[in-house]
Amino acid sequence: MRPIPAEPPPFFHRGPSPLARVAFFGLFSIVLLFVDARYRTLEDVRHAVGAVLYPIQRALRVPGEALDELATYFASKNELEQDNARLRAELIAQAPAAQGYASSRADIAKLRALVQLKEKHAEGATIVEVLYAGRDPFAQKLFVSRGSEAGLVPGSAVIDEAGVVGQLTRVYPTTSEVTLVTDKDHAVPVKDERSGVRSVLYGAGTGRAPELRFMPPSADIRVGDRMVTSGLDGTYPAGLAVAQVSRIDRDTGQIFARIECMPIGGVDRSGTLLVLAPPAALPARPEEPSEIETKSKGGRAKARRAG
Amino acid sequence: MRIAARMPSFAPARPEEILKPAKPWFVVLTLALAMLANTLPATGVALALKPDFVALALLYWCIQAPRYVGVGVSWTMGLLMDVVDATLFGQHALAYAVLAYGAEYFRRRVLRFPLWQQAVQVAFLLAACAALVLLVRMIGGAPLPRWTYAVPPIVGALLWPLLTVMLQWPQRPSRKTTTL
Repeated sequence: MRPIPAEPPPFFHRGPSPLARVAFFGLFSIVLLFVDARYRTLEDVRHAVGAVLYPIQRALRVPGEALDELATYFASKNELEQDNARLRAELIAQAPAAQGYASSRADIAKLRALVQLKEKHAEGATIVEVLYAGRDPFAQKLFVSRGSEAGLVPGSAVIDEAGVVGQLTRVYPTTSEVTLVTDKDHAVPVKDERSGVRSVLYGAGTGRAPELRFMPPSADIRVGDRMVTSGLDGTYPAGLAVAQVSRIDRDTGQIFARIECMPIGGVDRSGTLLVLAPPAALPARPEEPSEIETKSKGGRAKARRAG
Repeated sequence: MRIAARMPSFAPARPEEILKPAKPWFVVLTLALAMLANTLPATGVALALKPDFVALALLYWCIQAPRYVGVGVSWTMGLLMDVVDATLFGQHALAYAVLAYGAEYFRRRVLRFPLWQQAVQVAFLLAACAALVLLVRMIGGAPLPRWTYAVPPIVGALLWPLLTVMLQWPQRPSRKTTTL
């Protein structure tokens, strides 16, 4: 009779116990969490993993995209005609503005030359497609289809046909992450289009309306006012529509009014977005006499997100 | 019909039915598809309802193929999800590693239950996974999310029977092996 071996057969060898493994990986995760939250030194790792993952994501998307294209190909004639009519109507409606734009631009260029102001934002924009929305319920993010390969840089403003949608916060080789204006950590310097009052629009997170914070109850802001970017932060070009005031709560017991806004841009709807080229570099600004005053005033409102 | 006789039924496998071992490429494919499902664009109600497909797929394979998918693989998938979702590094990884441990802990008994009772247990595991993510985020300073945060684990549990039938399909032994 063969003796029973002291060691179990190799079939039973499974390495460390699950508890040991979960303890090891759990600790490792916690260290990673801490390092990522505190020092932000893992961005390169993130980029590398993202770059490796992208072709796989892309390949997995192919069947769905093919189906989409097939559906578009067989889109009913009726639908196309309707679309066509609507687009024509929109084009005509916008014609006066478009025609006026060229001459206004020329005028502005002359006036700027007159007061020796530099061009505030560079020309050029990149059209991007929304790939998917971040699943994280704690943050409002989108992923779009172009990255550093198209010359995108973090910090660029992202808009759609109606208004500001957000800002590029991370740029991968072929994709980018957009933080939406509704994100809890996002702020846009704005001004009231009607009264010119300056403020900062803070996102409030999923399902909550963005707010204008730290506005005195006496501030000249009314329900229905449009807030446009003030351009004070050097991130967003001035004059882009951001939000419309939807509710004002002027409680005299509070120091600040509570002003809620609805985003004008299709923050959770648009499928095609435009990434604007970043504005001209800031360090040149102090030379300009009229900018110095603006800067000192707007210094406190400069709460743009780093990166 | 010869073909029809060889097709396994749509009903879930009975406990006494012995499944063929899963093919590694099938495991990898399902995990990749789950990741794709997680990144499908969704807004509004769909986004609020959308379960974590990667967690579900990992849970299934941790129970059915523990030799292929365990704590380590789950942790790695979690890191990938952290990149895809742009969340803090380690957040999903931690949650999935603990999920895999939970699956390891109860996989020996869960298959004895009918599918809907399995789903109840799965709901608890997925909820624990979501609670862990919530804990990490709240330590990081996030506010309490809305009540809809509790919905995806429940939806995930409701999908469990369907997922089980779909994922065990290729492992079902054909009914008349003699015709092969």
